Amino acid sequence: MATKELPPPVAWVDDRLGIAKLGKKNLRKVFPDHWSFMLGEIALYSFIILLLTGVFLTFWFKPSMAEIEYQGSYSLLKGLHMSEAYASTLDISFDVRGGLLMRQIHHWAAILFVASMMVHLLRIFFTGAFRKPRELNWVIGFGMLFLGIIEGFLGYGLPDDLLSGTGLRITQGMIQASPVIGTWLSFFIFGGEFPGDDMVSRFFTVHVLLIPGLILALVTAHLILVVYHKHTQYPGPGRTEKNVVGYPLMPVYMAKAGGFFFVVFGITALMGALLQINPVWLYGPYNPAEVTAGSQPDWYMGWLEGSVRLMPGFESEFWGVTLSWNLLIPALIVPPAFVTLVALYPFIEQWITGDKREHHLLDRPRNMPTRTGIGAAFITFYGLLWIGGGNDLIATHFGVSLNSVTWFLRFAVFFGPVLAFWVTRRIAISLQRADNDRLLHGLETGVIMRSPDGEYTERHAPISPYEAYELTARDRILPLEVGPETDENGVRAPRRGLTKFRAALSRFYFADSVQKPTAAEIEQAHAHGHGHDDHEELGHSGEVPGVTGTVETDDETAREQISKH
Amino acid sequence: MSDKSNLPAVSGDDDHGHGAVELSEPIADPGIEPHELRITDIDPKAADRAERQVATMFALAGLLSLGACVAYFAIPRDAIVEFGPLSGNANNMALGLCLGLALFLIGAGAIQWAKKLMVDTEIVELRHPAGSSPEQRADIIEGFQTGAAESGFGRRKLIRSSLIGAMALLGLPAIVLLRDLGPAPGRKLYNTIWAQGIRVVNDVTLRPIKPSDLVVGQLVNAAPANLAPIQEESAVEYQNEKAKAAVIVVRIAPNEIRTPAGRENWGVDGILCYSKICTHVGCPISLYEQTTHHVLCPCHQSTFDLADGAKVIFGPAARPLPQLPLAVDAEGYLVAQSGFTEPVGPSFWERG
Repeated sequence: MATKELPPPVAWVDDRLGIAKLGKKNLRKVFPDHWSFMLGEIALYSFIILLLTGVFLTFWFKPSMAEIEYQGSYSLLKGLHMSEAYASTLDISFDVRGGLLMRQIHHWAAILFVASMMVHLLRIFFTGAFRKPRELNWVIGFGMLFLGIIEGFLGYGLPDDLLSGTGLRITQGMIQASPVIGTWLSFFIFGGEFPGDDMVSRFFTVHVLLIPGLILALVTAHLILVVYHKHTQYPGPGRTEKNVVGYPLMPVYMAKAGGFFFVVFGITALMGALLQINPVWLYGPYNPAEVTAGSQPDWYMGWLEGSVRLMPGFESEFWGVTLSWNLLIPALIVPPAFVTLVALYPFIEQWITGDKREHHLLDRPRNMPTRTGIGAAFITFYGLLWIGGGNDLIATHFGVSLNSVTWFLRFAVFFGPVLAFWVTRRIAISLQRADNDRLLHGLETGVIMRSPDGEYTERHAPISPYEAYELTARDRILPLEVGPETDENGVRAPRRGLTKFRAALSRFYFADSVQKPTAAEIEQAHAHGHGHDDHEELGHSGEVPGVTGTVETDDETAREQISKH
Repeated sequence: MSDKSNLPAVSGDDDHGHGAVELSEPIADPGIEPHELRITDIDPKAADRAERQVATMFALAGLLSLGACVAYFAIPRDAIVEFGPLSGNANNMALGLCLGLALFLIGAGAIQWAKKLMVDTEIVELRHPAGSSPEQRADIIEGFQTGAAESGFGRRKLIRSSLIGAMALLGLPAIVLLRDLGPAPGRKLYNTIWAQGIRVVNDVTLRPIKPSDLVVGQLVNAAPANLAPIQEESAVEYQNEKAKAAVIVVRIAPNEIRTPAGRENWGVDGILCYSKICTHVGCPISLYEQTTHHVLCPCHQSTFDLADGAKVIFGPAARPLPQLPLAVDAEGYLVAQSGFTEPVGPSFWERG
């Protein structure tokens, strides 16, 4: 660039803020390209849509539980007594033009917000993007997911219709059943007995001010860290741990990511226009003595609902107090334990593998079979609880007994994840083997050759060096070792039992994982292939001495080979 | 990130020795795949076509924005459109379709522009370690130590201790100030407005119920007669009391009833009255199956047998529905013999 002056207005700003210094670094910042990197973007954009549509709704919504007689244009409820909150929600839906559209966009965007955060979290999990140096960003992201779910639930409670009131009643019952402080906590949150007349205004403040503020702060931190760490990338030719390959922010990502915001907004707007959601006018105002059969919360609360539904009715009474295990376990122990485990996963995995290096190249899920299996187990556990949240709908839609569905799920939540873990891990290992086959023997062409001796073989075509590199661009697997019992001075190593436990976990973590072939193995396999016109597959493993690519390399052999080189 | 950066990454910038490199990378990094030209890079006509596509999307988006404004004013807000069995508000739908498509087309146009026309050579940027260098760390340690020494925070223990104490105590008013969020629970969870002689009334018609009004197998949602007058005084109190006092009245053939000990005279000719509030988390139970006398809570499917003291048959509830002892007053209407003998609704710690 030739020396050029900034346009006067920009120069004016730069004189005061130094934006040129900032921009120099970031204007042409490189981001790698992959469809799975858009999931977090969807979450960010739906949050912005929520802020925009939410502000619109606050202009008409009245967060008050004062009782009034409805005189709006929805004739079926005319003259009924209801809270101002419910009446103003009806007004937004029927009397404010565009109000129903904004309400529906807001609700769809909320559903999309939580869903995209969750799928984004899965992408991060299965590709190992949470590894050093990004562990804290994982925790921040997790915090946003947690806040997003609470935020969504509070918003669902604001219209004060029959469905949302039922949801709040359930929540209040759970709070009231908490040990020791439950009763007081419930009275403090609801300003006395349920339903009282404080909850809508209190939840409104939390919903429009406190939690969005917290999420906004976390989003900012999350994005600053993405910029600071630079985006992870999938392994491939030219992609290393020390670079990032992709397209520049200006112009490519400004257009692509900026355009994608409009696409997400456009699709949520079309959903708001065409797909009805939460038709509160059909439910009627909240009445603590009424409920609709088949009541369902928004999707992200389904797993908690299921957890509560599946729990048998255990309760203890002792020393003059009541302990409700039937709520304590499914609502106050299992979900927090589950989410804590997910939030701490990066640290747990790091402890098990002993891996303290920085990682910017992503893992293909198959290359970390145990992690992928754990992820599948978590999804299965979550999914089974979610199904449990709709056990009544499953029973009515499939014509099975509600009790059988519940009993099946009560066992399935324990066995399902274990099964999912093993199956997924085996599939991942098989895929690793398939990769190694491809690497060592090339593509199966489907062409069958007959040799002069009458032997049939399949012709294999070599894969491109780019693909071959991509398949091998991953770490060699080395489980943590226990280390010697005593050091050179004969002093026993401290916390020996813990170290052994950790090494055992590490062996389990990498058990049966397939190593990528060594250079020697590849050379051998290729040399072997060159000898003939076509590549021989039959009887091959017997002919190659030592470890071959398709045979699992055990730890011993891997270490031996590493020390040899 | 110069323009020349589209080159294979320099090999050998790895800090492993040669052997290790060979072992960890059995295939040498061939460098970034060569850039492939798009049709729009080669054929100016294709590029012009792409430009027209993008411009058309942007132009349509502009028109649709205008369309949204027209729809806002032109379509009555209560107009309905119908597509077979489906129907929707016409104003909402036209507004949403115009706005949604306008937004979508702006996005699609921008993405098309980026994909077809903007330079698409991949460029490389180097990463730097996230952590600070040893020198930077040494600097900060030195700065901190100097600052700490100059403040005398470590040395002047009196200042340190009193400051920590003051800050800790500041937490107390922060908590105490929240005290008025709600009243003390007191006995509120133990009591309902049911009392001796209060009539049982239908919760919709508010009419008192006579035993002869109920046939065997019938279930009626009911409330105490003293509930409705509360609504005149305070809508809040009304809702709060209703949330506890709602009951179901059911008539079961007397020979099918198994009466728990001590409740022999709580029913009237097979008419029994139970709290409608589920003992699990407080949803109003509502689904009654006549043949089995089971009532099911639609929230979590706790199932109670009304013929057997409303004990829990299935589901997460732990306690039977509390029963209200019934009698008949001088005029022949159902009344409560007393209030509930135990707290209704979900469990709580102090319940015992």
